[in-house]
Amino acid sequence: MQIMMTFHEPEAEFAKRANPAEAEAYWGGWMAYIGAMNAAGIVVSGAGLMPPDTATTLRLRDGARQVQDGPYADTKEQLGGFMILEVPDLDTALDWAARAPAAAAGSVELRPVLPPMPNG
Amino acid sequence: MADAVAHAAAEAAARDHYGRLVALVTRATGDPASAEDALAEAFAAALRVWPVTGVPDQPQAWLLVAARRVAGKLRRHDKTHAAAAAALAQLAAERAGTAPEVLGDARLRLLFLCAHPAIASDIHTPLMLQTVLGLDAARIGAAFLVPPAAMAQRLVRAKVKIRAAHIPFALPDTRDLPARLDAVLAAVHAAFTAGWDDVGLGQAGHGSLSAEAIFLARLLVAGMPDQPEARGLLATMLFAEARAAARRGPDGRYVPMGQQDPGLWRDDMIAAAEAELAAASRLARPGRYQTEAAIQSLHCARAVPDAVRKRVLADLYAVLESQAPVMGVRIARAVAVAGAGQVAAGLALLDGLDSVTMAAHQPWWAARAHLLAQMGQHAAARDARDRAIALARDPAVAAWLRTTGQ
Repeated sequence: MQIMMTFHEPEAEFAKRANPAEAEAYWGGWMAYIGAMNAAGIVVSGAGLMPPDTATTLRLRDGARQVQDGPYADTKEQLGGFMILEVPDLDTALDWAARAPAAAAGSVELRPVLPPMPNG
Repeated sequence: MADAVAHAAAEAAARDHYGRLVALVTRATGDPASAEDALAEAFAAALRVWPVTGVPDQPQAWLLVAARRVAGKLRRHDKTHAAAAAALAQLAAERAGTAPEVLGDARLRLLFLCAHPAIASDIHTPLMLQTVLGLDAARIGAAFLVPPAAMAQRLVRAKVKIRAAHIPFALPDTRDLPARLDAVLAAVHAAFTAGWDDVGLGQAGHGSLSAEAIFLARLLVAGMPDQPEARGLLATMLFAEARAAARRGPDGRYVPMGQQDPGLWRDDMIAAAEAELAAASRLARPGRYQTEAAIQSLHCARAVPDAVRKRVLADLYAVLESQAPVMGVRIARAVAVAGAGQVAAGLALLDGLDSVTMAAHQPWWAARAHLLAQMGQHAAARDARDRAIALARDPAVAAWLRTTGQ
């Protein structure tokens, strides 16, 4: 099965990326984690994302575009990146999720990926 | 005529073998939702075929073969490689395994699947009751005070999640076992207490699912004989069930522990409970369910002098509170402390609980009324008793509370 892990981080985690005193440890943790998943051969795809203050949200209402600065929802934790994995079951995915730096600092959501559409 | 015979045979098979059939077909499908779909088709086929061919000698075996064939067809529609590989592994395992052992193992795995942390904990027990025992949503809903349609919907949602999220049909590994077993024990315990209304005095009314809960606990003990808490839970429930007949008077009146007629207790069940508790103790890993069983054992021990019993009870409740600091236990401990002669200390324990939560909690008011009366504060006791009566869901308990103030 394919499953998507989305990493949700609090503001303090995003702040570490730009703080010279913390950036090395922050990125080192993610590099090691993603390296381990690559070594296990389970990665389908994935990416880290720029911080939420770079986000732009669009809604189409009555045919008109409503473009807004910032992420779609103003929550304590924001999407920081995602990985799509090929794993046998949820328990295996949970074991990988538990090793993510975001698991301790924020949260990791796991969602099964829809299988390809029949006429896709 | 042939139709009626076929219907009766199918009904009997559903009643006696549904849980076993779901467990066995789940071994082939990997998830109970598909297994139940396949079984539903097998039952429909039986109602078409049996009136013509006659009811087979072993209806449940016929249904199993039919359901597996349907499951195989469903699998072929699902062409993913992973599903095929899992199916081949299942078939190989079934050929290699002996039937009774495989059956026990499959049902054990179902229990753990139903109590997986990726499924909301309040649906663990209903899922077990439906997939392992074949209870319908109406009966489960009645025990949990949820309308049948809403319960059916929540069960379907949980089963869809199991399939979509690929929650594995497997026993947890050693590292995860303690936490996963706790969830299974809690779900079985919840089946036992569903529909009960205790009055905070360490006793309860009659539970409509108690036999089902004891059956589930027996499955667990048979599958994991080295888990002392599983045995402790089974012992706790057997002790409580042994006194079920004594808990209501002939007129349906609620009878508290101290006034029960021990002649109505089931000695065979008490003996079975003692045996489970002894086996658990030999494993030398204490836990909350073993402590609860020890408390129940003490209640059932007729030879113990009353003063000794009360003192030991207070000690056991202190242990239990350290293992399981939940509301019901903390209230029961306060009552036990008062019972051992320290009424003011018991009342202080009650007052120490969160007053906002307790304001709407009937057992807390009942316990408070009981202790205030012992302190001679009769006006305050009467007020507390009135609050308890107003909050009681079970009319028999309310009626009993009314008698306590007279």
